[in-house]
Amino acid sequence: MHRRDFLTAGLAATTTAVSGHAWSAPATDQRLLVIFLRGGYDAINVVVPTSSDFYYESRPTLAIARPDPANPNAALPLDGDWSLHPTLRDSLYPLWTKKQIAFVPFAGADDMTRSHFETQDTIELGQPAGGPRNYRSGFMGRLAQQLAGGRPIAFTAQPPLAFQGPMSVPNVAITSVGKPGVDDRQARLIQDMYRGHDLRAAVAEGFSARDKAYAALAGEMAAANRNAISPSGFELAARRVARLMKTDYNLAFLDVGGWDTHVNQGGATGVLADRIGQLGRGLAALSEDLGPDAWTNTAVVVISEFGRTFKENGDKGTDHGHGSVYWVLGGAVKGGRVAGEQVALVPKSLNDGRDLVVLADNRAMMSSIIQPLYGLRRDQIEKIFPGGPGPLESLSLV
Amino acid sequence: MRHLWLVIAVCFSSASGMPALAGGKDDAALVNRLTWGQTSQEAANIDRLGPDRWLKDQLRPKNPARLPSEVQARIDGLRISRESMAQIAATMDAENKAAAKLQDPSARQAAQQAYQRAMADLKQQAAARSLLRDLYSPHQLQEQMTWFWMNHFNVQADKRDIRAMIADYEDQAIRPHALGKFRDLLKAADLHPAMLRYLDNDQNAVGRVNENYAREILELHTLGVGSGYSQRDVEEMARVLTGVGVSLSAETPKLKPEQQALYVRRGLMEFNPARHDFGHKVVLGREVGGTGLSEFEQTLDVLARQPATARHVSRKLALYFMGDAPPDLIERMSTKFLRSDGDIADVLGVMFRSSAFKASLGKKIKDPIHYAVSAVRLAYDGRPIANTAPLQGWINRLGQGLYNRDTPDGYPLEDSAWSGPGQLTTMFEVARQIGASSAGLFKPDTPGAEDQPAFPQLQNALFHGTLERRLSPQTRSALAQARSLAEWNTLFLSSPEFLHR
Repeated sequence: MHRRDFLTAGLAATTTAVSGHAWSAPATDQRLLVIFLRGGYDAINVVVPTSSDFYYESRPTLAIARPDPANPNAALPLDGDWSLHPTLRDSLYPLWTKKQIAFVPFAGADDMTRSHFETQDTIELGQPAGGPRNYRSGFMGRLAQQLAGGRPIAFTAQPPLAFQGPMSVPNVAITSVGKPGVDDRQARLIQDMYRGHDLRAAVAEGFSARDKAYAALAGEMAAANRNAISPSGFELAARRVARLMKTDYNLAFLDVGGWDTHVNQGGATGVLADRIGQLGRGLAALSEDLGPDAWTNTAVVVISEFGRTFKENGDKGTDHGHGSVYWVLGGAVKGGRVAGEQVALVPKSLNDGRDLVVLADNRAMMSSIIQPLYGLRRDQIEKIFPGGPGPLESLSLV
Repeated sequence: MRHLWLVIAVCFSSASGMPALAGGKDDAALVNRLTWGQTSQEAANIDRLGPDRWLKDQLRPKNPARLPSEVQARIDGLRISRESMAQIAATMDAENKAAAKLQDPSARQAAQQAYQRAMADLKQQAAARSLLRDLYSPHQLQEQMTWFWMNHFNVQADKRDIRAMIADYEDQAIRPHALGKFRDLLKAADLHPAMLRYLDNDQNAVGRVNENYAREILELHTLGVGSGYSQRDVEEMARVLTGVGVSLSAETPKLKPEQQALYVRRGLMEFNPARHDFGHKVVLGREVGGTGLSEFEQTLDVLARQPATARHVSRKLALYFMGDAPPDLIERMSTKFLRSDGDIADVLGVMFRSSAFKASLGKKIKDPIHYAVSAVRLAYDGRPIANTAPLQGWINRLGQGLYNRDTPDGYPLEDSAWSGPGQLTTMFEVARQIGASSAGLFKPDTPGAEDQPAFPQLQNALFHGTLERRLSPQTRSALAQARSLAEWNTLFLSSPEFLHR
C-alpha cells in the first residue's frame, strides 16, 4: 500500500467513525476555535468596568483609566459600563467597531474551588457538577461526535481534556513544526506495528496531521518574504492555525498559558498588558489570514478558568477569583455588544465579598454558540453537555 | 499463579514477612517498571538476589549509591557540586547587579549575556547530574522517586533566580527524603528557597498578603482539591506563611529588640518577624499564632498526618507507577501511610506487592523522560555516556524537560497525557535520532574534545535473551523489513513493546 493510500484509509476510518451518527448529524462548513487562557486571566483589567467607582477604589495601582481621547493609556469605550484595554486598540478594537466581537461578562464555571487545575478540568470536561468525573470524555470530543464532517484538531503539545473521547483527535505543537525525519516507508512500517493495538488510530492520525502541518509550514516559508517581521509566540501560532483551519481542520482547541498574575501584573502597561497585546495581535492575524470568506464561517471563543479577585492584593497583583469575561469573535458573530445578564459592580454584589459572580455558565454560553452554529437539536446539546443548563436565549451570539 | 497472588494479597499486611514475588519473566517486567529501564546489569541483579530481596534493596537502599567512577568524577567536577547554593546564589546575584550598573551599553549587554549563560549552565548542570543518576545509579527506585517528588513539589527553574537554587533543591530537599518520611520531605521542600521564590511567598507579608503559596500547599502538596478545606483555610494559611522568605544577604535585617529572638536564618531561607502576621489564626480547625516560623512548621506537621493527604499522595503514587488503581488498593496504601507516620517506602511496598500492581506490569505508557532514559540505558547497556545534552534535548522536545513545567501541578502522570497523536509522532522522530547514531552522547562538552566512537546496540544480549520473545508478530514483521541497523533501531524504539513499561 502506498503512503497516500494509507492516509486516505486512515481518514476514511475516521470519517466512518463520525458518520455513525450521519442520520442526525449536521454536516458542517462552520469553523469553531476554542482558545483557553490557562492561569485565570484578570478579566476586569482587560474588559474594564469603567462605570464602577468601586473598581477604581479596589485597584489603586492596577486600574485602567476611564476612556479619555487625550490619554493613550486610557481604556477604549465599549458601552456605557465597559471599556477595553488600550493595548488592543489596533487589533481587537477594529473588530468591535465592525461588530465582529462580543464580550460576555460574569461568565465562568459552576466550580468554587478557585483551583486552576480543578476548574480547568471542570470546563474542559463539561460534565454535570458534583457528580463523578469521567476523564475520558471532554465536551469538544462529544461535540465532534455529533457533527458530520467535523475535522477536529488540538493545537497543543499535549492532548487536552476537552477533546478526550472515542475519536482519536490529532494534536500538533503548532509553534514547533519541522521537517519530518521519519520517512514515508518508515511511517508505514511503524503503523504496521500498531495494527490491532489501542494506539493504532492515534499513530495514524499523528502521521496525517504531521504531514498537513508541515505542508502549511512550507506555505508559510514561501510567504515569509512578504512579511517584514516574522511573528513569534501566539501570533506565530495564530497564523499557522489560520492556515490549517482554512483547509484541513474545522474544530480546534488551543491554549495559551501565563495568566496567573499574583505579583506586579501592571496596568495599562506591564506583564499582563504585553500578554493581552500579543493575544489581540494574534487574533487579528487569525482573522486576516483566514480571509473574509472563511472568517464569515468562523467562531472563535476565548475562555479562562476563572476571573481574579476584584481587589488587588498586597503585591500589585490579584489572586484567584470566580466570574470571568469570555469573548466570542468571528465574521458571523452578533458582535459590537457586551452580552448577557449583568449586575452593578458594588461591594454587595461580589461573590464571597471577593470576586465576580457567575451569571453565564460556561456550558450555557458554549451551547448558545454551537446550537445555532451547527443547527444542533436540544437532545444533541444534552449529549454534549449532559445535565447542563442548555443555551441561554438572552445571549444570542451567533 | 492467581492463587499465589491472592495469598500474597492477604498476608503482606504483616510487615515482617516479605512475600514471594513471582520469578522468571515477571522479573523483567518488574525491573522495567521500577527502574529507569532495563539493562543487563539490572537483569543480573534481580536474577542473583531474587525479586523479594531485590525489591527490598530498592525500597531501603543501604549504602550510598556507587556510580561508575568516571560518572562520579564528572558530577564531582560540576560547579553545583563544588559550591554551595548560598555561594552560587550570592555570586550570581552580585554578577547580575554589577552588570546592570555598567554604563557602557555594549559592556552591559555582554555582562548580562554572560550572567544568563552562567544561569542556564547551572540549570543544565542540575539536569545533567539528575540524568546521570537516573542512568547509572544502582538505587534506581530512589531516582525514580526523586523525579516523582520533584514533580509533586514542582518548581519552574526559569523564574527569577531559581536556576541558582534548583540543583540544591533536588539534591538536598527532595532526594534524601524520596523514600523516607513524607513529613520530612514536605518540610524540606516547602521551606526551600526555590519553592518560596517560585510561589511568590518571599513577597507575602503582613498587610500585603498573597494567597498563592498557601493554596498550592493545601491543594497540591498535601490535602488535594475537594478534600474539605475552605477559602477561609487558604486565607488563614496565607497569614501563617507571612514573613517566610529568601535572603541572599549575609546581613540580618534591623529588627525591634523583641523581634530579634524570633528571627530565623537557615541558609538562604529567612523568617523575618517584621513581615509576619503574629495574630491568631485557625487552619483546619486548629489554632496557631504568636510563635513565628514554628506556626508554619506545626501546620505542615498537621497537614502531613491528615487522612486526605494520605489518600492524595497514595493516589498519585499509584497513578505514577501503575495507572488506574482499584480504590481498595488506594485505601490500603492510605492506611499504611497513616499507620507508618507517612513512611514512603512502606506505602510503596503495599502497592508493589499487590495483585493489581502485578496485573498492570507492561501496560503503562512511558512518559518522555522514561522513554528517552530507558532507550539510552538499553542502547549502551552500562557504558557511560560522555554528554547528557542530547538526552536533555530529546526530553525537552517531547515536552517534559527537567525543571521546565511552569505550573505548580507538575507534569501529568496519566498515560493519556503522553500518547496523543502529535506526541507519538514526535516520539518516533526521537526514536530515529536515538537509533541512528550516537548523536553526540559520547562527545564530551569540553572544548576540543573528540567524539568517541559508539553506536546504539539495541540488538544486544538482553534483547536476544529476554525482549525478543515478547514481540508481537506485527512488530517482528516490521523489524524484518528494516534496511539497516539504524532503521531497525528506529523501528524497535518505535514499537508498542518498547513504548510500554
